[in-house]
Amino acid sequence: MPVFCTVADAVRDLIHDGDSVALEGFTHLIPYAAGHEIIRQGRRNLTLIRMTPDLLYDQMIGAGCARKLIFSWGGNPGVGSLHRLRDAVERQWPQPLELEEHSHAAMANAYAAGASGMPCAFFRGYRGADLPQVNPRIKFVSCPFSGETLTAVPALRPDVAVIHAQKADREGNVLIEGIVGVQKEAVLCSKRSIVTVEEVVDDIGTRGGNAVALPYWTVTAIAVAPRGAHPSYAHGYYARDNAFYVAWDAIAKDRATFTAWMDRHVLHGGGDTQ
Amino acid sequence: MSTAAYSPAEMMTIAASRALCNDDVCFVGIGLPSAACNLARLTHSPRVTLIYESGTIATRPSVLPLSIGDGELCETALTTVPVVEMFQYWLQGGRISVGFLGGAQIDRYGNLNSTVIGAYDKPKVRLPGSGGATEIATSCGRIFIVMRHNPRAFVAKVDFITSLGHGRTGRERRDLGIETAGPALLVTDLCVMRPDAETKEFIVTALHPGITSEQVRQNTGWVVRFAESVGETAPPDPYELEVLRDLNARTARAHGTAGPAE
Repeated sequence: MPVFCTVADAVRDLIHDGDSVALEGFTHLIPYAAGHEIIRQGRRNLTLIRMTPDLLYDQMIGAGCARKLIFSWGGNPGVGSLHRLRDAVERQWPQPLELEEHSHAAMANAYAAGASGMPCAFFRGYRGADLPQVNPRIKFVSCPFSGETLTAVPALRPDVAVIHAQKADREGNVLIEGIVGVQKEAVLCSKRSIVTVEEVVDDIGTRGGNAVALPYWTVTAIAVAPRGAHPSYAHGYYARDNAFYVAWDAIAKDRATFTAWMDRHVLHGGGDTQ
Repeated sequence: MSTAAYSPAEMMTIAASRALCNDDVCFVGIGLPSAACNLARLTHSPRVTLIYESGTIATRPSVLPLSIGDGELCETALTTVPVVEMFQYWLQGGRISVGFLGGAQIDRYGNLNSTVIGAYDKPKVRLPGSGGATEIATSCGRIFIVMRHNPRAFVAKVDFITSLGHGRTGRERRDLGIETAGPALLVTDLCVMRPDAETKEFIVTALHPGITSEQVRQNTGWVVRFAESVGETAPPDPYELEVLRDLNARTARAHGTAGPAE
């Protein structure tokens, strides 16, 4: 049975300097509350894994948490650049950031391979693209049956997966509804997992249904974090704060405004971004 | 509302929207492609199937999403599938007839760069990267592209091939055994381009009303060729303009921004 604890306790006990950590959530259910706690506790030299490092990883990279980023799309969706990610890559601020870059198809397959206990994923990818020339972890193999050239990437096996979900029951079974992304795969491929939830209820109400339910024995720790995905969203609870995603562009563009914002809203704030 | 005047951006989105039909199953990129695809659905092709990489299949948003995973995409979709399934069964499985893409750079063969400007290890500008685009480019039946036409974007050689068009020479798809058609249409704010049947190089097949071939030459970073008979794009009709402007106004109100998301 998972431990029910605070977000601070979960981060303190389960995430260590140097760990590989996947905070997942595909636009929806991004675990901001947990990410902000990682920043507050000053974790360093993390390998951050995420298909779409958006504002949360911009904040974690700018705050100096990350040594390496494994990703497939690093932007502010519909708005533009992630300025802190760019500053780290283009000017090594606040420290150099090693990149392991993939496509979405590769990352999705690598998560599925990790969850399946496979050493790598095979798929039909990267044909004619330049990424295999700059990422030595993309390799090509022949199908033993057809001879077709297929792509292989190593399975993802993070130390810790961190996700946000709508609710858990008192045993620790977790419900995810809406755009479900790769969260199930991220939890199942990781050594440890932290799930923050909007609320804990008597009955998550999915028995026999086909929403994503993670059984309690797949989860290490559960922490209640109301609005813990804001400015991302929790289907059925609150909407995506698109105005904040637009506003972030100006905040993050400049190191001083970024640092001041983080100081006020994350380091000394309640963790929410409003 | 006056419909006599329209902007180059409106002409571009409307011309791009005309390329889709009811039978298409379209993988939609965010920004300009998303505007064109939803305009098609709201005007001439109400049954077109729009798919976003967040897993939403046959979605019918009332405003343009800011991200590929806005809540409304899920709420109005026929079904929402996990992201692994989206890339395995639906995209790689060959179920999608059109991929609608944009990019930061394009060359004459429709190769797209959304990764870096400059060298990969020492980039002048670090762009977002592939997202779904790398496999969309080779797994969808055909690729339509919509981009603003300027010399910084329309370059002789893309700095990085994020998404394969017809390759550096125009022959790479055949050489790699790729059976999908690749880039079949390029719509800009100046003109419509289609690949030459033989060389696969994009050539201008229609100019938007009031645009000269000289303007296209000046805004293209390679020596651009024109079809033997260059047509003129039909101007936006009042209905197309009205629906597009309503969509953009709803979108601006919904996202608290001054204009449509791009």
